[in-house]
Amino acid sequence: MAYVSSGVACSHVPVLGVASDTGNTDDDYYGPIFKGFEYSKQWIANEKPDVILLVYNDHCTAFDARIIPTFALGCAAEYAPADEGWGPRPVPVVKGHQTLSAHIAQSLILDSFDMTIVNEMEVDHGLTVPLTLMFGKPDEWPCPVVPLAVNVVQYPAPLGSRCYTLGKSIRKAIESFPENLKVCVFGTGGMSHQLQHERAGLINAEWDERFMNLLVNQPEKGSLIQPIEYLREAGSEGIELVMWYVMRGALNDTVEEMHRFYHVPASNTAVGHLILENR
Amino acid sequence: MADDKLYNDIPGTIVFDSDMAAKGFHLNQFCISLRMQANRDAYKADPEGYIDRYPMSAEQREAALNQQWNRLLELGGNIYYSSKLAAFHGINFQELAGLMTGMGSTAYREMMLNGGRSIEGNREKSEWQDN
Ligand SMILES: [Fe+2]
Repeated sequence: MAYVSSGVACSHVPVLGVASDTGNTDDDYYGPIFKGFEYSKQWIANEKPDVILLVYNDHCTAFDARIIPTFALGCAAEYAPADEGWGPRPVPVVKGHQTLSAHIAQSLILDSFDMTIVNEMEVDHGLTVPLTLMFGKPDEWPCPVVPLAVNVVQYPAPLGSRCYTLGKSIRKAIESFPENLKVCVFGTGGMSHQLQHERAGLINAEWDERFMNLLVNQPEKGSLIQPIEYLREAGSEGIELVMWYVMRGALNDTVEEMHRFYHVPASNTAVGHLILENR
Repeated sequence: MADDKLYNDIPGTIVFDSDMAAKGFHLNQFCISLRMQANRDAYKADPEGYIDRYPMSAEQREAALNQQWNRLLELGGNIYYSSKLAAFHGINFQELAGLMTGMGSTAYREMMLNGGRSIEGNREKSEWQDN
């Protein structure tokens, strides 16, 4: 049977993709950030997941304003890196896992999560930057990916509590898949940041730390953080953090925090990163 | 709507809700079209001719053609759409923030290196009126 072994939370700041693609990961600005992921690269090389279920959001790239799915599950054979205005990132095409995706879609819908199914989709920095941070620059990504895109761009994003319950339902889905697969779940985005208007540049390190502590140790409580608190305290784009709760819901109530990294700034954003293992 | 829009009290912030999305639909569709190289080439060749394929309001059209980044958000644009227009002009997210805050790139970058904009004094609109 398939099972969930671990979870990874990490920011997906586009400029970190640019830094990797242009070979600037050692300079004074980016060096300290990529150092924070050195442990993680080692860890995932040992962990060797068979599949990654990657929770991220599309940033008005694959989905334009015509259709805004709240939860969209990728069920394609592969996902090409998208052109977000600067040309597509020069990173490998992301391979999917169609039978697992199809199984998860069915299982979630029968468990009352009415997913949107996406059979063709390009993926933007939200999905490819976490792969870069965890794997560096391989010729091929080491394992297939099941993408789960969450709307966090048009208000309202789904509630943290709903994301947490979705994570639990995803775990049930994975555990009822007959093949023996080790699955690592990624929750991406955040941490505190605001990209827009006059309050752009907002960072709330104290809030971010509290958020991570609750996520790890008191997820039930943390999942109740309300949209207005995210918007006010973590910035209008900080609401991406609800996606970390999908990952957290897929893990045990008790987890071990293997690694934590926090750094300000990357462009406009606070970078946060956690590795959690089931206990 | 029953939603009482508590978030309208956050200073210097335009929350992209359903009302704003409805208002900004054609503007945002124009912006996202610039994700494709062929469309970037067409906009470059004939900005007014290209933008007129999108039936947006006269204010939105003017704000887009004149790169009025905050105005675009106030008229229903969203940052992830307007960032495609910014990319067309060679402006990345951090440079765009430098423009929207009125700080300019250097001062903005410096603020970020020093830990970013503090939450203190930046939670509610009333805190901005005192200055
Ligand atoms: Fe994002």
